[in-house]
Amino acid sequence: MNIENPHQAKTVQRSIVGRGIAHDSAARHVAGEATYIDDMPELPGTLHAAFVLSPVAHGRLRGFDASAALAVTGVAGVWSAADVPGINDVGPVFPGEPLFAEELLDHEGRVIAVVAADSFEAAYRAARLVKLDIEELPAVVDVEAAHAAKSYVLPPQTVSEGDAAGAIAAAPHVFSGKLRMGGQDHFYLETHIAYAIPGEGGDMLVHSSTQHPTEVQHHVAHLLGLHANAVECQVRRMGGGFGGKESQSTIIAGAAALVAAKTGRPCKLRLKRRDDMAGTGKRHDYVAIWKAGTDNRGRILGLEVEYLARAGNLPDLTGAVITRTLTHTDNSYFIANAHFVGHACKTNTVSNTAFRGFGGPQGILTIEAIIDTVARELGHDPNDVRRINYYGDETGDMTPYGQKVEDNRLIEVTDAVLASAFWQERRREIDEYNAASPIIRRGLAMMPVKFGISFNLTSLNQAGALVHVYLDGSIFLNHGGTEMGQGLFVKVAQVVAEVFQVDLDMVKISSTATGKVPNTSATAASTGSDLNGMAAFKAATAIRTRMTDVAAEHFGVTQEEIVFREGRVHAGNESISFGELAKMAWAKRVQLSEAAHYATPKIHWDGKAMKGRPFFYFTYGAAVAEVAVDTLTGETRCLRADILQDVGSPLNPAIDLGQIEGAFVQGMGWLTCEELWWDGKGRLRTVGPSTYKIPGSRDVPPQFNVRILDNAPNREETIFRSKAIGEPPLMLGISVWLAIRDAIASIAGKGVAPELDAPATPENVLRAITRLEAPAEAAS
Amino acid sequence: MANSIRFFLNGQKQDVAVRPDTTVLEWLRSGPRLTGTKEGCAEGDCGACSVLLGDAGDGEIRYHAANSCIMTMGQIDGRALVTVEGLKGETLHPVQAAMAENGSSQCGFCTPGIVISLAGLAANDAAADDHAIHDALAGNLCRCTGYRPIVEAARKVVGEGGAAIPGPAVAALAALEPAAEIATSGAVFHQPQMLDDLLKLRRDRPGAVLLAGGTDLGVALADFHGDWNEVISTAHVRELRSIEETPTHLGFGAAVTWEEVLARVAPFYPSFATLIRRFGSTQIRSMGTIGGNIGTASPIGDGPPALIALGVEIELASSGDRRTMPLEDFFLDYRKTEMKPDEVIASIRIPKPAVGQEFRVYKISKRYDQDISTVCGAFSIVREGGIVRSARIAFGGMAAIPKRVPEAETALVGKSLDEDAARACAAAIRNALSPLSDWRGSAQYRLTVAANLAERFRRDLSGETVEVMAL
Repeated sequence: MNIENPHQAKTVQRSIVGRGIAHDSAARHVAGEATYIDDMPELPGTLHAAFVLSPVAHGRLRGFDASAALAVTGVAGVWSAADVPGINDVGPVFPGEPLFAEELLDHEGRVIAVVAADSFEAAYRAARLVKLDIEELPAVVDVEAAHAAKSYVLPPQTVSEGDAAGAIAAAPHVFSGKLRMGGQDHFYLETHIAYAIPGEGGDMLVHSSTQHPTEVQHHVAHLLGLHANAVECQVRRMGGGFGGKESQSTIIAGAAALVAAKTGRPCKLRLKRRDDMAGTGKRHDYVAIWKAGTDNRGRILGLEVEYLARAGNLPDLTGAVITRTLTHTDNSYFIANAHFVGHACKTNTVSNTAFRGFGGPQGILTIEAIIDTVARELGHDPNDVRRINYYGDETGDMTPYGQKVEDNRLIEVTDAVLASAFWQERRREIDEYNAASPIIRRGLAMMPVKFGISFNLTSLNQAGALVHVYLDGSIFLNHGGTEMGQGLFVKVAQVVAEVFQVDLDMVKISSTATGKVPNTSATAASTGSDLNGMAAFKAATAIRTRMTDVAAEHFGVTQEEIVFREGRVHAGNESISFGELAKMAWAKRVQLSEAAHYATPKIHWDGKAMKGRPFFYFTYGAAVAEVAVDTLTGETRCLRADILQDVGSPLNPAIDLGQIEGAFVQGMGWLTCEELWWDGKGRLRTVGPSTYKIPGSRDVPPQFNVRILDNAPNREETIFRSKAIGEPPLMLGISVWLAIRDAIASIAGKGVAPELDAPATPENVLRAITRLEAPAEAAS
Repeated sequence: MANSIRFFLNGQKQDVAVRPDTTVLEWLRSGPRLTGTKEGCAEGDCGACSVLLGDAGDGEIRYHAANSCIMTMGQIDGRALVTVEGLKGETLHPVQAAMAENGSSQCGFCTPGIVISLAGLAANDAAADDHAIHDALAGNLCRCTGYRPIVEAARKVVGEGGAAIPGPAVAALAALEPAAEIATSGAVFHQPQMLDDLLKLRRDRPGAVLLAGGTDLGVALADFHGDWNEVISTAHVRELRSIEETPTHLGFGAAVTWEEVLARVAPFYPSFATLIRRFGSTQIRSMGTIGGNIGTASPIGDGPPALIALGVEIELASSGDRRTMPLEDFFLDYRKTEMKPDEVIASIRIPKPAVGQEFRVYKISKRYDQDISTVCGAFSIVREGGIVRSARIAFGGMAAIPKRVPEAETALVGKSLDEDAARACAAAIRNALSPLSDWRGSAQYRLTVAANLAERFRRDLSGETVEVMAL
C-alpha cells in the first residue's frame, strides 16, 4: 500500500475518505451545544460595543458630539478615527480603506465610531445618542450614472481574444441586449461578531467570525500599531459565511480590538441584523451590455460584453470579483472572438464583497441570457444552441483568457441530466399544458456550469496544516481553513484519519488559529478542502512515514510490510495498537508532530495581459428546472429541479450533497425572491428578513433530484482526486431563471426573447410579460 | 401582587425577579446562560430564537413555538418554557436525532430554532403531511442546507408517530396561576383576568402599553426603542379569550390567537384559512391575536382586508361604554383608528357564509410564506341565479389603511361574473386606489396586480387553477 502520492491513492482501499460521514458538529448543533462567539462565557469586565453608522449615503462629517452617549450609565467610551493608534485601514487588497470614516461619509451605514458599554443594550442605546454634524452631499446610487460620470474605484479590466468587433460585423446575425442583475445579501444567520481579549504587553487575542483569520490578525495588528506576532485570531466556527466574512470581518474585529486596547477590558462587538445588512457588503449587482454575432445555427462568432459592477464606495475585493466574471463569461462555450470589459463602478453604497461564486454567477448568468436570446430570436431550441457552442473538438478548447479546457465533461453531464429529467417527454407535456392554459404558464430549462477552481490570484493558492500524534494514539489536527458550516473540518479530519487508518473520533478538530498555522488564505473560492486537505495529508503522511520506520524496526520487517489498519499497525500476523506505536516512537525520540505546507501546482496568471492558467481544474455540472408563472401577478414557483454535479471522487458525498442543495437554493433565491432596494437617497431599505426575503422551505422545488457524477476522479492530482464543491452549484440556480424566461416566452411564440431582469421577482416577471405585450410602451 | 415572574423552564420551576419587559431571549442567554437559543434578526422573522411555550388545559400541556426575541418575560408568567437544551434529556429528542443523522445542519446557527419548530409539530400533529411540515417551518430560515434534509428529518419523526415534549407535570403547571400584577425593578406588568379589570386599568393607567400578542410591539422593544415601565396584557382576560359560535356568526374575543382563529374559520372560509396560514408563521400566529392585528392598524396587515370583505363588525369597550362598528369604519388614517385611549377592542364578529356567497382572498408577495403583502385583495360576492346581488371588495397594501373599494363592488352588482364584469371591476380598482412605491413593489405594479386580481377571482370561481402554489 502506498499513498505517499495522493493521486495514486485512488487505487487503494479507502475506509474513511469517500464515506458520507455526518458533520462533526451535527449532534452539538441539534442540541444547542455548538458554541458560537456570542455563546462563549464572558470574562469579567467584558464590554459590549455598537457602531455609530452614517445615516446618509454621501456627506461630509464635520464632527460629532458624544456627550449624551457618554452620559448613559455603563458607557465606557466612544472611539473613532482619531483614536486609532496605528493605521486606520482595513483594505484587503489595496490600501486606503479606512475602518472609521475620517471626513468623508461615502455610504449609508459607513462606520463612524464605536461605543462600548457594560451591556449590549446600553451600547446600542448610547450609539443612537451620538449627535452627528453632517453636510449632506448628492449621492450616486445608480451604476449607470456612475459609469456615465466615469466614477470608478479601479481601472477597467479586459479579457480579449481574437477580433470580436470584426467577427460581429461580419456575422450573419447580430443580437444585442442589456441585462440587469441584482445583488444579494449573504444573510448568514449569525451576524458579524468579534470578541477581543487583551493580554499582557499589548497582546491581543481576537475571536472573530471570519473566513480569513490571517487578515484579521494583520489588520488588528496595524490598527493597533503592533507586530503581527502580538495578535492571535481564533475561529472555531461561523454561523454561515458565504463570502460575507472573507474581507469585512476586519471591520468588526478591528473595532472590538481597538476598544479592548483602549480600555484594557475584553470587548465583544456583535452587529444587529440591520447594522450588519447596512454596514457590510453584498454580492455585486451588475448591468451587462452585450453584442453577439452568430451564424444561422446560433454558433457565436464574436461576443462583446461590457459589465458595470457596483463596487460601492471602495475597491475591497471588487477587482478580483470582476476578474472572475470575465473568466466565466465563457461558461461552457468556446468563443473564438471575445472582448469582455469590466468596470468597477463607484457608488455611494456599501462596498460590495465576496459572495459564493465571486463574480462567476454574473458572468454565467450573462452568457446564458445571451445564448437563450440568440436561440429564441433565431427560432432554435436553446439546448441545441448551447451544445453547438460547447467547448470540444468541433469548436475549440481554448478559453478567451488562455487556459485550455482539458478535462471537459460537458456532454457527459448534459446528456445525463437531460435523460434523468425526462427532458423530451416533459418538454412536450409542458408545451401542451401551455397551449391550454392562458394564465398559468410553465417553463423548462437546462443549463451547464463550468467553474474554474483556484483563487484567480496565484499567490493565494497555498495552505498549511499542523498535525500532532499524542502518546495515547489520539491525533490533534489544525489547519488554516475555517468552518462556516460547509463541512471542511470533517473532510480534512477524514483525510488525516485515512492516512493513519484510525477511527475518525481519534482526530481532534480544533479552532483555526493564526498562532498554530500562519499566513493562511481566506477559506474561499471553494478551495478549502483542496488546499487544507492536501496540507493535512502531507503533515500526516510525514508522521506516518516516521512511525512506519519505527514499526518496521520493532517487527524486524521492511517498511513495505507495515500496514496501518483499523487503529492498529500490522506486520504479517503481528500487530500493535496505533497508540502503542506512538509511545514506542516517542521512546525512540522520533518526532510525532508535523507542520506541512501545500501550494497548488501548474497555475499562473498575468493580471496585466489577463491571460494564463488561473485554474488548477474545472468542475462541471448541469441542471434542469421547471417552473410555473402566473401571468396575472408575476408570481413564480419552481416545481422541479434535477441536478448533476461533478465532485471528482468526493471526500464526503453526504457533505457534498448538502453543499449542492444549499448552493442551488441560494442561487435560486438570488434570482427570484431576494431583492435589495435602495431609496432615492441611497439608503438600503431591505435590512432585515421582514423586507429581504431569502427562500423558505416551501420554495424548494417539491421534486428536487440531486446527484453526484459517478466515477469521475479529478484528472489533476487533488486530494484523493476530489473536486471542490462550495460555489459551482450556486450557478445551477440560473436554470430556474431560465425556466421562468421559457415560461414567459411561451406567451410570445417563436422568434421573440423575453427581457427579464434579475431577480425575477413577481414585479420583474410581470414587467417582462408587459414588454412582450406592448414592446414600444415598455421601451419608453 | 407578585414581585417575580414564575414559570417552568425545561421542567424546573423558576421564580425570577427580572424586569417583565426583558425579552425572553435576552434573559435565557444572560440569566441561566442557555445559549442554544440564538438571535438572528430580533424581529421575529428568522426563527433562530424559537422556544416552546406550554399552557395547561384539558389534562394536558399544549405546546407551541414562539419567537423569544420579541416576547417579554411578563408574557411567560404562569407558563412552561422549553428551550433546545430542555429537549435533550439522557438522549437526543427524536427530532434532534433525526436531524443529526440526516445532515440537516450545516453552520448550525438556525438549527436549534428548527429543532424547536419541528418538536412543536411532532408533539401536536402526528399526521403532519408536507404542507403541515412547511407550515411548521415557515418561521425558520436556513441559509445553508436548502431545507431538503430538514423536511426529511421531519417526515421521519412524524412517520414514527411524533414525539412528546419533556416538561413539567400538568398539575404543577395548572397550579401556577398567572399573577394579576407583577412588579419588579420599577416595572409593572398587569395581567387582568376579567374585562372589567382590564377596562379599569385602561382608564386609570393611560401611559401603560396595551399588549396583546406583542408580535408587532415586541419588534420595537427588541430594537431598544424604549422601556415598557407599565404594561397591561390582554392575554388572560377571559372575555377576550372566548370564542362563540352562533347559527349566523363566529365571535372571537380580541385576544384569541390567529392559530385559534385559523382552526375555527377553516370550515367556513377555506380561502381565508389559506391566507391565515401565510400570516407570519406558526410562531407569530401562536402569539399574535386577531384584535392586535386590527388594533395595530398597519396598512399591510393581512387580517383587515379579508375581514372587511367578510363584513365583520368589531366591538370597542371602555369602562363606561360599548360600541360596535363595521371594521372598515375603524381605520381613519395611517395607524390612526377610532379606538380611544381608554378603549380596547373587545370582540370581532365574523358572519358565516350566506347562501350563494363566494369568498376569496389573494396575497401577493415576494415569498409565499411569512412575507408581508405587496398587495392583498379580498373579494366576497353573493350570487343568486348567476347574478351578483352584493359584493364586498377590500385591499391591503394599496393605501394608508386597509381599504374597501365600493366602486369595484358596484361594477359587479347586478351582473353575472363574466369577463366584462371582471374588466369593469379591474378598471374601478385601478381608478379608486393610489398606492405607494416601496421595496415590496412599485405603485404601478401594485395597481396592475390589484386590478388583475379581479380576473383571477372570476377564473377562480369558474373552477380554474389560478395560483402557482396549487400546482
